[in-house]
Amino acid sequence: MNTTYKVSKDYHKEIAEDNFYYARSCIRQNFFPGSEVAFLNILRENLGKTIHDDPHHTTCTGIGYHSDVVPFDTIQTVVARQFALMTENGIKNFVASCVTSFGMYIEITETWKHYPQQLEKIRTFLKKATGREFELPENIAHTSDIIYNNRMLIAGQMKFPLVNVKTGEKLKIVDHIGCHYAKMFPEKGEGGAEFTQVLQGMIRAWGGQTVDYPERRHCCGFGFRQYLVQANRGYSVSNSKKKFESMQPYEPEAILTNCPGCAMFLDRWQYVMYEMQGVKYGKDDSFIPVFTYEELAGLVLGYDPWDLGLQMHQIDVRPFLDKIGVKYDSEKMYKTKTGRQIGSYTPKQCK
Amino acid sequence: MDFGFSTIDTRVIEIDKFDTTILKYVLQHEKSMLVCMSCGGCTATCSAGNLTDFNVRRMQMMLRRGEVKNLQTEIDKCMLCGKCMLVCPRGVNLRNVAMLIKKALVNHKDLK
Repeated sequence: MNTTYKVSKDYHKEIAEDNFYYARSCIRQNFFPGSEVAFLNILRENLGKTIHDDPHHTTCTGIGYHSDVVPFDTIQTVVARQFALMTENGIKNFVASCVTSFGMYIEITETWKHYPQQLEKIRTFLKKATGREFELPENIAHTSDIIYNNRMLIAGQMKFPLVNVKTGEKLKIVDHIGCHYAKMFPEKGEGGAEFTQVLQGMIRAWGGQTVDYPERRHCCGFGFRQYLVQANRGYSVSNSKKKFESMQPYEPEAILTNCPGCAMFLDRWQYVMYEMQGVKYGKDDSFIPVFTYEELAGLVLGYDPWDLGLQMHQIDVRPFLDKIGVKYDSEKMYKTKTGRQIGSYTPKQCK
Repeated sequence: MDFGFSTIDTRVIEIDKFDTTILKYVLQHEKSMLVCMSCGGCTATCSAGNLTDFNVRRMQMMLRRGEVKNLQTEIDKCMLCGKCMLVCPRGVNLRNVAMLIKKALVNHKDLK
């Protein structure tokens, strides 16, 4: 018990309570377009928080940096511009939607802390390039930190707990934490790199049960060098395969992730693995639905699944919705609010 | 479906799936292998190893790890000259070990 307390104390991070500057992700809006809007809606409407969604900010260029395309000085200046926009709006709490962005903001502010001359250099670069000045944020958090911090408030408003409505059993959900959330700077992640609590805490608070499967800490396969070149994508899908094989014996009913790439690849690669090798990793030869934490929070709060963008998943989420008792209209799955058909696709079925 | 890439088998050797059939067969028929201390003298003097990438010690390691697929490729490089036996400080009958591995690989399914 003492060990548990020590880990929890050492890796418990400070998370701001209110007044946030929101930095969106460049890729999440394509992969899971409903998640970021759901986050804003949950914060504003369910939790009563103030968050500024700024149309002027740009990508953090983290993917370019990790792919050796964008130099470190350049990304520091881009990040400095985001901080300048936050400063101009009178906000001190910075929230990043993407795990790689979050890792970049931490890496850069830590660099500036240890090398103040670098900070001064970047201040000069930004001033020359844009005429802007900036202050460092008082608090940097990932969006999953904010949801984690308010998980009990969400639990208080819950309409569909993570419980099988037919059997009354807690749903078994495995989590996968993005590598850049806590592996680079463990003290910046809730629970650290080894015992990350940010997603487990949500699942437990909302009525589900979690499994610490052997490869829980393994990369999902989204490492940028693994997938950017088509011929290298075998590395990516092999990583995901390793995770699927590790979680398979526990028969998870869903996977919860907090990183854009993890949600994308754990969802899409299941389909690819099936097409390549004819294997499925869910219970009774089924697929495992994958959710972002905003989608799961939205579901338990009673949001419409199609407003959350769940129709954009490769793996069909409807069997999971049936389990927790969420009502949905399959006819409206691929229609806009005005009734326009946005295309059609038969998602891969999971039982 | 061809996506232009494929999966890569893991290099992890899982204890639960460890194939010890060939190792057991060799040890049963050639007890001297038990005293091998992996000094590498056999590898240093190996004629085949001098001309190819054959490596007696690696062959032993594959045998002990149950890497049957790789063992098949590796053992085919041995030309059974027996120089390894001349230098072995423990007197391991390595030529017989190589022959036993070849035999075991042929009868692998029956041995399981």
